[in-house]
Amino acid sequence: MLFTQMTFQAALPEYILAVVALGLVLMAAFTGESLGSRRLVKMIALLGYGFAFATTFILPSESQVIFLGLFKIDGFLVYMKGLVLIGAFFACWMVDEDWSDGVEKPEYQVLIMLATLGMLLMISANDLISLYMGLELQSLPLYVIAAMNTRSLKSSEAGLKYFLLGALSSGMLLYGASLIYGFSGSTQFGEIASSIAQNGASSGMIIGVVFLLSGLAFKVSAAPFHMWTPDVYEGAPTPVTALFAIAPKVAAIALLLNVTHFVFADIRLEWMQVIIALSVASMAVGAFGAIMQKDLKRMMAYSSIAHMGYALAGLAAGTQQGAAGVMIYMTTYIFMGAGTFSIILMMRRDGLPVQKLSDLAGLSSTHPYWAFGLMVFMFSMAGIPPLAGFFAKWYVFLAAVNAGLIPLAIIGVLTSVIGAFYYLRIIKLMYFEDVDQPLDTNAPKENIIILSVSLIVTILFLFIIGPLREWTYFAATNFPISGAL
Amino acid sequence: MLSSWPILSIVTFLPLIGVLFILLASGNNKSSEHNCKMLAIWVSSFTFIVSLILYFGFDTTMAGYQFEEQVEWIAGSGISYHLGVDGISMPFILLSTFLTPLSILASWHSIKNRVREFMIAFLVLETMMVGMFASLDMMMFYLFFEGVLIPMFLIIGIWGGPRRVYAAFKFFLYTLAGSVLMLVGIMVMYLQAGTTDIPVLSDFNFPPELQYWLFIGFFASFAVKVPMWPVHTWLPDAHVEAPTAGSMILAGVLLKMGGYGFIRFSLPMFPDASVYFAPFIFVLSVVAIIYTSLVALAQSDMKKLIAYSSVAHMGFVTIGIFTLNEQGITGAMFQMISHGLVSAALFFCVGIVYDRLHTREIDAYGGVADVMPNYAVFFMIMMLASVGLPGTSGFVGEILVLVGAYKASSLVAFFAATGLVLGAAYMLWLYRRVVFGRAEKGEVIRMPVLNNREIIILVPLTIFIVWFGIYPAPLLDVLNPVVALISEAVSNTQMATANLQ
Repeated sequence: MLFTQMTFQAALPEYILAVVALGLVLMAAFTGESLGSRRLVKMIALLGYGFAFATTFILPSESQVIFLGLFKIDGFLVYMKGLVLIGAFFACWMVDEDWSDGVEKPEYQVLIMLATLGMLLMISANDLISLYMGLELQSLPLYVIAAMNTRSLKSSEAGLKYFLLGALSSGMLLYGASLIYGFSGSTQFGEIASSIAQNGASSGMIIGVVFLLSGLAFKVSAAPFHMWTPDVYEGAPTPVTALFAIAPKVAAIALLLNVTHFVFADIRLEWMQVIIALSVASMAVGAFGAIMQKDLKRMMAYSSIAHMGYALAGLAAGTQQGAAGVMIYMTTYIFMGAGTFSIILMMRRDGLPVQKLSDLAGLSSTHPYWAFGLMVFMFSMAGIPPLAGFFAKWYVFLAAVNAGLIPLAIIGVLTSVIGAFYYLRIIKLMYFEDVDQPLDTNAPKENIIILSVSLIVTILFLFIIGPLREWTYFAATNFPISGAL
Repeated sequence: MLSSWPILSIVTFLPLIGVLFILLASGNNKSSEHNCKMLAIWVSSFTFIVSLILYFGFDTTMAGYQFEEQVEWIAGSGISYHLGVDGISMPFILLSTFLTPLSILASWHSIKNRVREFMIAFLVLETMMVGMFASLDMMMFYLFFEGVLIPMFLIIGIWGGPRRVYAAFKFFLYTLAGSVLMLVGIMVMYLQAGTTDIPVLSDFNFPPELQYWLFIGFFASFAVKVPMWPVHTWLPDAHVEAPTAGSMILAGVLLKMGGYGFIRFSLPMFPDASVYFAPFIFVLSVVAIIYTSLVALAQSDMKKLIAYSSVAHMGFVTIGIFTLNEQGITGAMFQMISHGLVSAALFFCVGIVYDRLHTREIDAYGGVADVMPNYAVFFMIMMLASVGLPGTSGFVGEILVLVGAYKASSLVAFFAATGLVLGAAYMLWLYRRVVFGRAEKGEVIRMPVLNNREIIILVPLTIFIVWFGIYPAPLLDVLNPVVALISEAVSNTQMATANLQ
């Protein structure tokens, strides 16, 4: 039986998103582009994410494989799906209907919902086929919405760049997948793993793994596959950038974790070297690249590259502890990202969006709450205790140190000092400098709510780290390689 | 009765409650600014009074931790909310709670913009400082140790002088770079011992080869904080640019965090490495004392001169700590407390004349004794305490350090004593140029005498400086049991190493 109650329940969030997305396509076609219709579409989309998120709590936490081995669900995957849905909810909510950044069309909401569906599918992938399918379902809508602002040349450029480089990375990923299939005789993750366990890894298999990892590294924007990130972040409409910065990264890193820790657990010494190289390169590129940036969104792009480097340091440990560290890292990452972008979205002068770093000058005297929020997020991203970012770094580097990767941890903490420089620069602009031209004061309440929620999570993270740690460590026990503590 | 109260938590988080009240004080007009100041001063004074319970309830016969509180924090991972004080941390907590209200009072009129934010930053800073000294868990210690950077960065950056941005960045990045290496060290220790509890880690025997690496990691952090030559360069910049109150706390308490760290962590946890690295620390400290004293002689800016003298004085502290004997460590502790009071007072003395003349150039003054005789007296006491004149607190610390240093190495004692002479030279010379002579410049003649607020700040500082100089027993009694314990443990290791060879 293909459809049982179990299969229905395990894929509930995906069903909900698929049905709501298709319903919205029809609805948008009939109601047109009026403000009321856009509001309605957004409301329904938010309800869809809300329901999908609520169902993650009733998903089974023990490992289950359904749909003829194409789809897997376990505690770790459910957790990551929850994070993606929170991120998508924030990204959807941040779009103000009254502002036109080119994303006011109702199709925008449909596309990000389809992309979110793709993210959930790729997280749950248990087969090279479903992996590719989920990945493409995620990528194609994102290519479109990057180019959504047809009035802006930069937006079109961003979409085109993203598409070309994305297609290239998909090609690499497919080539790797075909090699893996050729050398193991199966596309299913479980069978590939047992084939490696029986026959060991041939060099063809390892080349396949490296290609697969390269393709995935593009999706998480790890250096040296990061080239698209700054341009796409800068060019895409800001709500789209906000989405890019929170949701897809979580999904891609979950997939990367699942593939490496589950399928290739037995050849971890091979892929660990690749991940370590990616991690060091990302931390360095992120830290040094951001220093010279003058555009806030561009700077956030480099910041996200650096963040991926830190998350990959936890992944490089190759242990359950490392997986739990990555889960904690991504949790703090989406809240810091959502909070920061909720402020960037509100930055307007005479109704038009501004995104230069210098536009932040003197923000603390005109917008004390925004400035305080942004300051907290910047300190948190720099990893200064007692804020959330510190605990995230602590758990990924703890896993790395425990796996014997002390040099990686040292490089990591030193690049975080370099990174602190550009985070401090934002605080300097807001607090140490005088206001030049004040920004608009009107702000949609959605953004203020997102800002407040993210702020509370970031500041009071030290109270939830205890239960969160227990939860993530439990969820990570599905992975075969254990690590003490 | 009182012993059942979580006194340490109250002292630590009371200022944060003050912050909440300040946030509630609405409006941006003059009266709300005044309310913010009053709230800050009352909260911090009340915190000081509560912290006195720690002193009067302290059992001086015990070397262990007192007023302990332990609550589970990150369940099942050996990281807990653990507070407690012993003879080493208790004086620092009192120093912090004592200096904070004085610093707030010192900034009463000199802080003109964003008064509310300034008071919030200062109270948060107080929580961070007290929490750091009270922590008995490495994780918590690190939270507070790093958390101090946030308010201090803002205090220097927002309310500082013309080059404040440069100074704030330098301060932040220098300290952060050192601290993150300590963080990796904490991770390694945590993975070895399975807990971050400081009492447990102090008894945990780390293998000597590992100790060397851990020591270097912790050294990187504390050496920047102390600061030791050659990583001291952030200090003169930070001091010169910081507002008076910021300088007072920076010199009074923040510099002590490094010395405290050495005594709390490096000696008990890495005794083999401490013995091994002691000569290296001696060399750096002696260079610091002599080099920075010479640099201080050449300064034309009063604040910079005192900042360099701080580096030299902290050189004495690091020598004292790494003599590893009782006199040396006691002397280092005493010197830190004394320097906390004296340097805060000296920075305030500079602040007083700066408020009147708006320059810190020594040449701009001269003959201040004619126009401000009271000021001249206070300044003289502080200056002599800094030089280490018998009868002031500075003397007790220095003589103990020198005795300890002589036991460890007469050469080190010789060079350290040279520093004393140089110290007397630059301080007396500064005093002569600023205070003596005839007041000829018009601005100097028109300087008003000390007002009540300034006298209220200077009097308690003077009382403690002279009191500890004449009768140091209250402080020494607190220090002795725990210092004996630490130095005994280290000297056992020293003997064991000697026997092996």
